[in-house]
Amino acid sequence: MKLLFERSVPGRKTQVLPPCDVETVEIPKEYKRLTLLPLPELSEVDVTRHYTELDHQVFGVNCGFYPLGSCTMKYNPRVDEETAALPGFTGIHPLAPASAVKGCEEILQTAKKDLCEISGMDDMTFQPAAGAHGEFTGVLLIKQYHDSRGDTARRKIIVPDSAHGTNPATASMCGFEVVNVASAPDGGIDLDALESVLGPDTAGLMLTNPNTLGLFDRNILKITSMVHEAGGLCYYDGANLNAVMGLVRPGDMGFDCVHMNLHKTFATPHGGGGPGAGAVGCKAFLAQFLPHSVLMDAKDGKPAPENAAIGHGGRIQVRGFAGNFLIVVRALTYILSLGKEGIPETAENAVLNANYLMHQLEDMYRVAYPRTCMHEFVLDLQDLKEETGCSALDVAKTLIDYGIHPPTMYFPLIVHEALMLEPTETESRETLDEAAEVFRKVYQLAHDDPDYVKASPHSTVIGRPDEVQASRHPVVKYG
Amino acid sequence: MADIKFTKTHEWVTKDGEVYAIGISDFAQKSLGDVVFVNLPEAGDEVSKGESFGDVESVKAVSDLMSPVSGTVTEVNEDLNDAPEKLNSDPYGAWIIRVSDVSDTEELMDEAAYKEFCSKEE
Amino acid sequence: MGTYIPSTKGERDEMLASLGLPAGEEGYRKLYSDVPESVFRSHELDLPEGMSELSVVRKMTRIAGENKTYQTILRGAGAYDHYIPAIVKSIPNKEEFLTAYTPYQAEINQGILQSIFEYQTMICGLTGMDVSNASVYDGATAAAEAAAMCRSPKRRVTLVSATTNPEVISVIRTYCYGAGTELRIVPAKDGRTDVSKLAEMLTEDVAGLYLQQPNFYGLFEDAKAIGELVHAHKAMYIMGCSPIALSVMATPGECGADIAVGEGQSLGLPLAYGGPYLGYMATTSKNMRKLPGRIVGQTTDHEGKRAYVLSLQAREQHIRREKASSNICSNEALCALTASVYMAYMGPSGMKEVAMQSMSKAHYLAKKLTAIPGVRLRYSGAFFDEFLTDMPKADAVLEALDAEGILGGLPVEEGILWCATEKVSKDAMDHTAAIVKEVLAQ
Repeated sequence: MKLLFERSVPGRKTQVLPPCDVETVEIPKEYKRLTLLPLPELSEVDVTRHYTELDHQVFGVNCGFYPLGSCTMKYNPRVDEETAALPGFTGIHPLAPASAVKGCEEILQTAKKDLCEISGMDDMTFQPAAGAHGEFTGVLLIKQYHDSRGDTARRKIIVPDSAHGTNPATASMCGFEVVNVASAPDGGIDLDALESVLGPDTAGLMLTNPNTLGLFDRNILKITSMVHEAGGLCYYDGANLNAVMGLVRPGDMGFDCVHMNLHKTFATPHGGGGPGAGAVGCKAFLAQFLPHSVLMDAKDGKPAPENAAIGHGGRIQVRGFAGNFLIVVRALTYILSLGKEGIPETAENAVLNANYLMHQLEDMYRVAYPRTCMHEFVLDLQDLKEETGCSALDVAKTLIDYGIHPPTMYFPLIVHEALMLEPTETESRETLDEAAEVFRKVYQLAHDDPDYVKASPHSTVIGRPDEVQASRHPVVKYG
Repeated sequence: MADIKFTKTHEWVTKDGEVYAIGISDFAQKSLGDVVFVNLPEAGDEVSKGESFGDVESVKAVSDLMSPVSGTVTEVNEDLNDAPEKLNSDPYGAWIIRVSDVSDTEELMDEAAYKEFCSKEE
Repeated sequence: MGTYIPSTKGERDEMLASLGLPAGEEGYRKLYSDVPESVFRSHELDLPEGMSELSVVRKMTRIAGENKTYQTILRGAGAYDHYIPAIVKSIPNKEEFLTAYTPYQAEINQGILQSIFEYQTMICGLTGMDVSNASVYDGATAAAEAAAMCRSPKRRVTLVSATTNPEVISVIRTYCYGAGTELRIVPAKDGRTDVSKLAEMLTEDVAGLYLQQPNFYGLFEDAKAIGELVHAHKAMYIMGCSPIALSVMATPGECGADIAVGEGQSLGLPLAYGGPYLGYMATTSKNMRKLPGRIVGQTTDHEGKRAYVLSLQAREQHIRREKASSNICSNEALCALTASVYMAYMGPSGMKEVAMQSMSKAHYLAKKLTAIPGVRLRYSGAFFDEFLTDMPKADAVLEALDAEGILGGLPVEEGILWCATEKVSKDAMDHTAAIVKEVLAQ
């Protein structure tokens, strides 16, 4: 495929604006750009053909089964795009006066009420723009809480070894030391290991439940109470909320703050890597530490606590303005569509679909933790690799040739040849049956013709790219 | 390679006069896979035994470089910036840093002991 | 009630039966047997009944109608009302671009990967830098991430000019609080960075300086001279620039910046009450591996065919975990795509035209307003598309404009910060000036 720059023709252009209707002003010489502006010169048809060609080389949820574990690639309803495109939302300046933004505030207040209800929290912010950004915000709530009490010895955040990489990275960004705790043989947290790391230096625990193995920790109430007894707080990573929403509330499990990925659980599109939204909810005692927007507060006449240090009256702010507002519009459209029955029904069928698919595969593939799973499960392909030489990667790439997006590979780290499958509730039984059939075919193929599997995919515009070359000798722009 | 010594974290060290050269072992490069980048310290930096002085990246992993000695970095192998693959092709030729003013040394193994150690790790 | 679950009740019961479970609620409860009884459905969910598509569209349309949309927007301060060409809205709305995940599977996502590679190239072209990431959340978080890139064990202090947008300062302060590092504000003089104070503040513990160009008051800073000063003290130099201004203004590359960041909302994204927006972030080759976030690289496949992949991944949290310098994973990829379409469609001449018209209109508005007795510019320096005025009865002026469907400037530091873009017509500005004149004459 040609690059935009390879389609460029000198002098070609589009005409968008009317002529300037006031006297033109030039930028003063001392501030003027001296180098050329190297953007492509294209016609409108060039642009639309280019991007249509690119779009044809993208696999979206609308293209086929997308069992990407931990990412909740459910169908993204089109109506959510329509409501988010209403000019009454898109055209609103974030610093418009309060009287002009009543609709936006109604969206945020309604979404807050509903998501607090679902999560069992008392208050919420929509400022974080993604899950990891929500984690950052949530752990800063924990930090401010301890700081405000002068409890500065609490320097450690506990993270299970099955956690997403964002958990330890977040704790580090917030200035905490990360303590990893091992998983027990049943995939949950090892209570003895947890006990041994808890103490007066414990700031908190970050936990996903169900965890990244797709297992609900049976000891969850014990775990959160142990952390609380040690004086720490409990952070719920909502990455896997789709398994339990409407059925079990993080607040009832003993968590003090949570983030929810609106772009996973609440069906807003991933956009090839964002924008998402990481709504952060908390119990009432943490509400005073939630972020604000300094300019939005100022235009609403709310006094800023001048010069007060964060954690001592000063407020945090994790990005500009109110957050990814249009993502909240989409998520609220989804919540309103599903309603009180649809929310738990969604969770139940996400779990049913995962168990159904797991059951279809378990006579051929080894399930890493063979027990009833939640919304996702992990296959361990170590045996297959030893028998055939085909790895989890090879199997994943072969699935592409059958129109299935590969599952998450090599995660969680505690299963070495891992494939993690999350079918979501929006897949039909036929899709799951067909997928199971494909997995069986690939298993057979790995035994019959391992070299073919190792050279997969065969049907795509490119074969496997040379990632070593890309990282050793990076080429990160054209020309 | 008579005077070569190894750490439990798979670095090697050789001594030439007062200067110690440090690299990673063949075992280390094999388990890392294709090295794509080496995060190097700067000449003049202090290193401490048992502590990280940089790291080695492969495509999907990163591994700390642990210093076998305490001392001052006199030289870093800048060639590795352009050709990190030398750690794969010639692990004992591609030193990473040279250290002098060495005040303390990690407990080290000779080649035979290290071989034995690696065979248990596999 | 809206539902996106395809399976029928009968199918669900059959699926439960295949797992050896009873039909209906009882079967589902068994799937959740690991969940303690005391927390399972312990609570009647207080949500409304589900709604049909038509009902939900009606409801959301009603809510959107509660907002006021202005015919003319003369307010910026971090969010800018530029014209968005039709194609810039339609292309990112293609379902595959919209619904794909981050392109970890390169073979089936060359379209997204190539579009990011093109975005990176255009951001480098705009800023004069060597390498761009695939975007971060917004301009403020880009600034905070850039500040983190500068720090080393010996240099932990971040300097930020007081002429920076307060939102950006607030976010940098928050990230510094997280990391346990210090933020110091360099004071302003006549609306611009006080360079002599800056020279005193560039101590040996300073990691870097953040400078906004044009600054919060719309004024041009002496960015090149400030960069030289910062480098003379061995600190790093971060410039936060309006991407529209960059098409005509000296680039961070020309000014010697180590890192260029900014808010990309102006590149085809709607105001949308604050988001989604786009943080762009670019740096020099030397600092490439310190850059957080995803970066797409060009390589080849086994047949030698050109291919794109997510590259340099060993910097990122999923590999480096607690040692990663940032936890970012999802960014604003679709917004980056939107910005790419905007830049590709506008081209160099269109981008320059937007910059020229915005600047010209802001100057016209300033001229019209300051011709009114009692209205004056607070600062005399050269400005781009924003400027700060002092005038009496500011509240009454803004209310009178509001009643006429005009969103006036933002009240800031007892003045009003005005902004004009290419969308504002001469007539609208004449009308604005007439209203201001009338209110002040009362």
